[in-house]
Amino acid sequence: MAAIIAAASASAALSDAHAAGPEISQFELANGMKVMVIPDHRTPVATHMVWYQVGSADEQPGKSGIAHFLEHLMFKGTDKAPAGQFSAEVARLGGQENAFTSYDYTAYYQRVAKEHLEKVMTFEADRMTGLKLTDEVVLPERDVVLEERRMRTDNDPGARLSEALQATSYMNHPYQHPIIGWEHEIKQLNREDALAFYRRYYAPNNAVLVVAGDVDPAQVKALAEKTYGQIPRADTPPRARPQEPEPQAHRRVELTDPRVAQPTVQRSYLVPSYRTGEGREAVALDLAAQILGGGQTGRLYRSLVVDQGLAAGAGAWYQGTSYDATRFGVSAAPLPGVTLEKLEGAMDGVVAKLAAEGPDELELARAKTRLTADAIYARDNQATLARIYGAAWATGISADKVNAWPDEVKAVTADEVKEAARRYLTLDRAVTGYLTAPAPAPEKTPAKAPENRS
Amino acid sequence: MTAPAIFARLSGFFLVFMIMALSLVTPSVAQSQTTRITRVVSPGGIEAWLVREKTLPLIAMEFAFMGGAAQDPKGKPGIASLTASLLDEGAGDLTAAAFHQAVADKAMEIGFDANRDDLRGSLRTLSENKDAAFDLLRLAVTQPRFDTEAVERIRAAQLAALRRRSTDPNSIASETWFARAFPDHAYGRPVDGSLATVPTITREDLAAFAKRTMARDNLKVAVVGDISPEDLGRVLDHVFGALPAKADLVPITDVAPKGIGTVDVVPLDVPQSVVLMGSTGLKRQDKDFIPAYVLNHILGGSAFSSRLFKEVREARGLAYSVYSYQVALDHAGLWFAGTATKNERAGESIRIIGEEFAKILAEGPTKEELDEAKSYLTGSYALRFDTSSKVAGQLLQIQIDDLGIDYIDKRNALIQAVTLDDLKRAAKRLTDAKDALTVVVGRPQGLSGG
Repeated sequence: MAAIIAAASASAALSDAHAAGPEISQFELANGMKVMVIPDHRTPVATHMVWYQVGSADEQPGKSGIAHFLEHLMFKGTDKAPAGQFSAEVARLGGQENAFTSYDYTAYYQRVAKEHLEKVMTFEADRMTGLKLTDEVVLPERDVVLEERRMRTDNDPGARLSEALQATSYMNHPYQHPIIGWEHEIKQLNREDALAFYRRYYAPNNAVLVVAGDVDPAQVKALAEKTYGQIPRADTPPRARPQEPEPQAHRRVELTDPRVAQPTVQRSYLVPSYRTGEGREAVALDLAAQILGGGQTGRLYRSLVVDQGLAAGAGAWYQGTSYDATRFGVSAAPLPGVTLEKLEGAMDGVVAKLAAEGPDELELARAKTRLTADAIYARDNQATLARIYGAAWATGISADKVNAWPDEVKAVTADEVKEAARRYLTLDRAVTGYLTAPAPAPEKTPAKAPENRS
Repeated sequence: MTAPAIFARLSGFFLVFMIMALSLVTPSVAQSQTTRITRVVSPGGIEAWLVREKTLPLIAMEFAFMGGAAQDPKGKPGIASLTASLLDEGAGDLTAAAFHQAVADKAMEIGFDANRDDLRGSLRTLSENKDAAFDLLRLAVTQPRFDTEAVERIRAAQLAALRRRSTDPNSIASETWFARAFPDHAYGRPVDGSLATVPTITREDLAAFAKRTMARDNLKVAVVGDISPEDLGRVLDHVFGALPAKADLVPITDVAPKGIGTVDVVPLDVPQSVVLMGSTGLKRQDKDFIPAYVLNHILGGSAFSSRLFKEVREARGLAYSVYSYQVALDHAGLWFAGTATKNERAGESIRIIGEEFAKILAEGPTKEELDEAKSYLTGSYALRFDTSSKVAGQLLQIQIDDLGIDYIDKRNALIQAVTLDDLKRAAKRLTDAKDALTVVVGRPQGLSGG
């Protein structure tokens, strides 16, 4: 509903669990639904999330935006709970709720006092297969989604460039389409499209239940069997998406808009994700992002902002939680008088140096400290934990692998970081984007004619 | 989408503003927390509220120096904001680079932010590093260097953010609203300064601001984590003890927004108009604040069941986002509504929001709406206390609002006690909202009657 489009969080996304991480209980219901229970007994509340392993990258060609549109429509009621009843009940219980859609998953959640867990599980289970839709609710909601698109993307030149960069990064994989969909395709989506998508993908064997909070795993198991456990398994198609070929050529996109008052240069590289990477490649890329872009101690900031005085800011990110090949990005905003070409060249120099020489031991140690501390900080927030484990599952990463992540971070060598940078942070895998204002219009009357040339 | 890291330093004004609104709107409760709050007074007389929490090896501290951007000299807004940004850019014998490295080496988080009425700081650290963390915090708070290199670098970042915001419809709407509503008052000035004023700020301005507004008598502190009251007492003196005893604050007068009943259109070539409507609200200390808070919840505060949500979004599909909220500043109470809707239907959206204000002010909510609001507001209070930083933030806000250390226990009873008559009384005092000062950024159509 107030559907947050989670384009997945960046580098810290997978960071959780610590050597002494939370003790996750995992089990599977008879109908194939997975369950994870994450204990946090500090406050008597529970975070209840259901994740479906379906996102915008699973849409049929021509139907971009249907995964996200369906997420909105999931609030429109069932036979047992007519439109508005679930939300009204959550509000009455003092609960909070929302939902979000990404390339690889769609998730629904409520946060309630722990004694209300059964109630939200009952409602959520009911709408897994019981959704009823009429055009009276579908059509206004489609307008809402179009307004959401205008707000998030069309009204913001930077967001429009990001969309173009994403589209250009993928020549064959459906990650090329925006999660929210292309405007002309959203306008054509209808009730039948939504129901077809729903029937195809919403089933217990294509979902994981994550409950975090002041709960007992045995109790959650009993409730899950009573609610979700009653839904029959369905024949959900396996995830099979067109894959990217090995990229061959550097691409450029440029967005020029009079509203750009602060230009930027953005670069994204096609790289492996935690699921697709070999060995410790993905975690080495997480460390590379931290070494290049970790705040004011990152190389990009130190070089471009502090030492060379070319940029107002600079950063890097890596989106490791992705089912298929993902992206690694660097960006910078020039100071007045500095061209994007010059800034891009300097940025390239910083990236190339990491690829050529690797990190020094001190900065590698600092990056590891940061990432492993993130795993501890994440434990302070049960909703964050639920999202980390849910997103990991939906992108093909087990809870055990999440728990082992801090140890994996510690094991990465400087050579592994260097090798990951050398192999993947190359121009032929990259798209470079410029966000610029139009050149000033030529003066109507020419400047003074040259005089006295002789 | 992840925000580009390059802009992380200065979040959009609108965003800052929204966060402030959320935290000012009223604390809510969790019974289990209250009894756990300890009022700690250091040997040197500095007070802090502590919740000792040993489950995780973390410490979170939130603190505020009252004063904030309202203390910026007229004609030079942006000093408080720039000061906040520079406190961790070199302090004591550490240059900016050395300071950041020391923070990063132990994965600490230290940050400062200026609001209209205060300058806030936060610290998060693993317990094992607490001594080093508090020592760095001491340097930042008591011995900021304001080195020329750092001042120029942060100034450049601030200007880049301001350039970016200069064409962002949400930022324009918010800044325009405050400028129109408070033309002769500190609240009318942009918190982060402007492209004209930020270049004129000197390092002397910054040092003078820090010296004048960061003192022991205008400081509020909240801590959550694995630290004993005795240790915290010593820490408070160590970190803040060298500050001046008294802040030297310019008095700020109470003020009400001007321009109620007018509509200001700021033309911008975007497909969607951004609308901000604001009027007089109630201050936090007002005896009718809680009834007004409940009234707002029913009108546009509730995420999926408010009147504005149902009328503007659900029934007509006019907007993705439509809401109302209260902002209780120290010297003004405000009540806002906002939305974003395609230019062709902007007039219609504004008309419907205005009608909903008028209706709820004239007729009040139904008994059922009141009961549901109470049920939500009391039931959800616990959700504000589920992370260390959130608990510390609540303890800090309750101190700033001067609600008492037992407020968390009392709060739900205050909500439960609200009657329909209370709502009518509050509504009578909020009749400005029927008209509001409206700012629209975009190319809106149909503004004169839909």
